[in-house]
Amino acid sequence: MMKQHLLPILTNVQVSERYWHMTIDTSNMNERIEPGQFFHIRCSDNAFPFLRRPFSIYRINREEDTIEFLYLVKGEGTKDLTKKKPGETADLLGPLGYGFKLDPGFDEILLTARGVGIATLAALAQEAGRKGVRCTAILSARSKNDLLAAETLQDFGAEVHHVTEEEETSGVESVESQMRDIIERKDVNALYTCGSRRLSRLNQRLAAEYGLPGEIALEEQMGCAMGACFACVCDLEEEGKHRSVRVCLEGPVFPLEKVVIS
Amino acid sequence: MIAQRKMGISIGSLTLPNPVMPASGAFGPEMHEALDFNQIGAIVPKSITKHPQPGNDTPRVCETYAGMINSIGIQSKGLDAYLAKTIPEFSAYDVPLISSISAESIDEFVEMSDVLGNHPDIDALELNISCPNLKGDGHAFGMDADVTYELMQRVRKVTDIPLIAKLTPNVTSIQEIAKAADAGGADALTVANTMLAMAIDTESRKPMVGNVMGGLSGPAVKPIMVRMIYQTAQVTDLPIIGCGGVMNGNDAIEMIIAGASAVQVGTASFITPTALTDVIEEIREYMDRHDIMDINDLTGTVEI
Ligand SMILES: Cc1cc2nc3c(=O)[nH]c(=O)nc-3n(C[C@H](O)[C@H](O)[C@H](O)COP(=O)(O)OP(=O)(O)OC[C@H]3O[C@@H](n4cnc5c(N)ncnc54)[C@H](O)[C@@H]3O)c2cc1C
Ligand SMILES: Cc1cc2nc3c(=O)[nH]c(=O)nc-3n(C[C@H](O)[C@H](O)[C@H](O)COP(=O)(O)O)c2cc1C
Ligand code: FES
Repeated sequence: MMKQHLLPILTNVQVSERYWHMTIDTSNMNERIEPGQFFHIRCSDNAFPFLRRPFSIYRINREEDTIEFLYLVKGEGTKDLTKKKPGETADLLGPLGYGFKLDPGFDEILLTARGVGIATLAALAQEAGRKGVRCTAILSARSKNDLLAAETLQDFGAEVHHVTEEEETSGVESVESQMRDIIERKDVNALYTCGSRRLSRLNQRLAAEYGLPGEIALEEQMGCAMGACFACVCDLEEEGKHRSVRVCLEGPVFPLEKVVIS
Repeated sequence: MIAQRKMGISIGSLTLPNPVMPASGAFGPEMHEALDFNQIGAIVPKSITKHPQPGNDTPRVCETYAGMINSIGIQSKGLDAYLAKTIPEFSAYDVPLISSISAESIDEFVEMSDVLGNHPDIDALELNISCPNLKGDGHAFGMDADVTYELMQRVRKVTDIPLIAKLTPNVTSIQEIAKAADAGGADALTVANTMLAMAIDTESRKPMVGNVMGGLSGPAVKPIMVRMIYQTAQVTDLPIIGCGGVMNGNDAIEMIIAGASAVQVGTASFITPTALTDVIEEIREYMDRHDIMDINDLTGTVEI
């Protein structure tokens, strides 16, 4: 729902060298929030940067009526977001887009996430945990220091494997053999991925080979996040034809096999 | 007693309930979830082309100081889809519908205006003459006074509904183009489209938008637009629709004082989805505060 919300910030803390974590009080928000959806957040009140930035929902705490974001400090927008203090209000547009589909028939899923894509898949791991779907996650990052979501996923009951550049374990071949092992050993029902083109291609290949359904959460640079500006487009392949879609409106989660990865 | 202030304005034979409308390309049907379309002055959909077009490579937007550069291109489903879907979708609202047209040649402008300008649900046409003339020298139509005159004159012959020429600011003299559009039969002028701009990522040395260059919009361009509105108002009596960097009611009022009769709001909607109705409300507050009974009385009242 494209709605602007001004909601209280409960916490906003640095959790590792490059990552921050923010909790928002959603008790005044009525919309239902699904894993994979995102909010378009105003990071500063200044004339620069003034455009909103998209962030996935990292955790949805329905009992406490809060949501959490995990964000990487990248440029000016995310730098300014770190300056927001508890007690101040956050200006959020959303929840936007369509989230993940967790088929009731699934009882074993495999997630592969790279970098901040982990934040996007965490809410899915949480949902899987809640629904009793077993979940294995392969998390890929530059360094161990960036794998802070690993514990959160473990708390949700996921079995977590990590690969990093630091340990020279994040190469596609290494991830591929881990994925094959998990898919075969655990009889995985579906694949989910976010955060890397290389991992997305790998997921597409393995999904096709093993005949598995899957979903991918895409990140495209956004303007409006309301379907108006056509900044965030990507192509889907359907019945042999390419169709342009807006990630903010029809995504950010798409069927794995349809996305044309450039 | 609350005074009844008049906010309606006229563009040729068309009356708008208030002077605030969206800028083409920064407004879409999905925004109805966040904005009450029935409150705005008019609906202006994204520019339409005759044939389907894919638009430019991504990234298509980037942010610069107090502005943004877009190189969307005109991603368009073509005229047939526009007639079948876009027009019915927008005609459901109770406000005038102004179709924005982009074309590759004067002939194509004429052909499209003949279709859209005689459609019962379309109230006015905005001709995006800032797009390149592919059958000419590739420069925008609106960069050449003679081309602008010929284009307006030929379109004028195929339709009776109000014609708005959306001028490009990327010219040496906006006055010359404004005069040519006026002489060619325009009923109003939108001043103006985006300014050609470029930004480079110094780490990768790559342009920030896929198309290398793009159009700058947002508060950064507003003083230039105010200047151009003022200059245009000196040479023509046509109503001017100010566009570029309107973020709030005060920006709209500034353009009106410079010579505009109405304003368009683009980039601001990306930040605040209710920007259009917020601007209307803030104009009303200004009118109350300055006891202005009719918004038209404010147009061109800059004291030099
Ligand atoms: C649906 C969606 C969900 C996202 N979820 C998260 C999340 O949970 N946590 C998180 O940390 N980040 C997330 N991102 C990415 C995040 O939006 C960008 O990192 C952020 O916009 C950067 O803003 P900035 O002002 O700090 O950097 P900028 O100065 O704007 O940009 C720095 C660099 O980041 C690139 N960039 C800017 N915006 C985006 C974008 N939207 N996607 C990819 N690259 C971008 C720019 O090209 C530039 O090179 C998500 C993006 C999308 C589209
Ligand atoms: C994403 C985007 C797409 C645009 N597409 C069009 C278009 O299709 N046709 C057109 O005439 N102008 C287009 N424009 C220009 C706007 O209509 C407007 O002239 C410009 O953005 C300045 O206004 P603003 O500062 O309020 O955004 C576009 C602008 C943006 C930001
Ligand atoms: S960000 Fe504007 S259409 Fe998706």
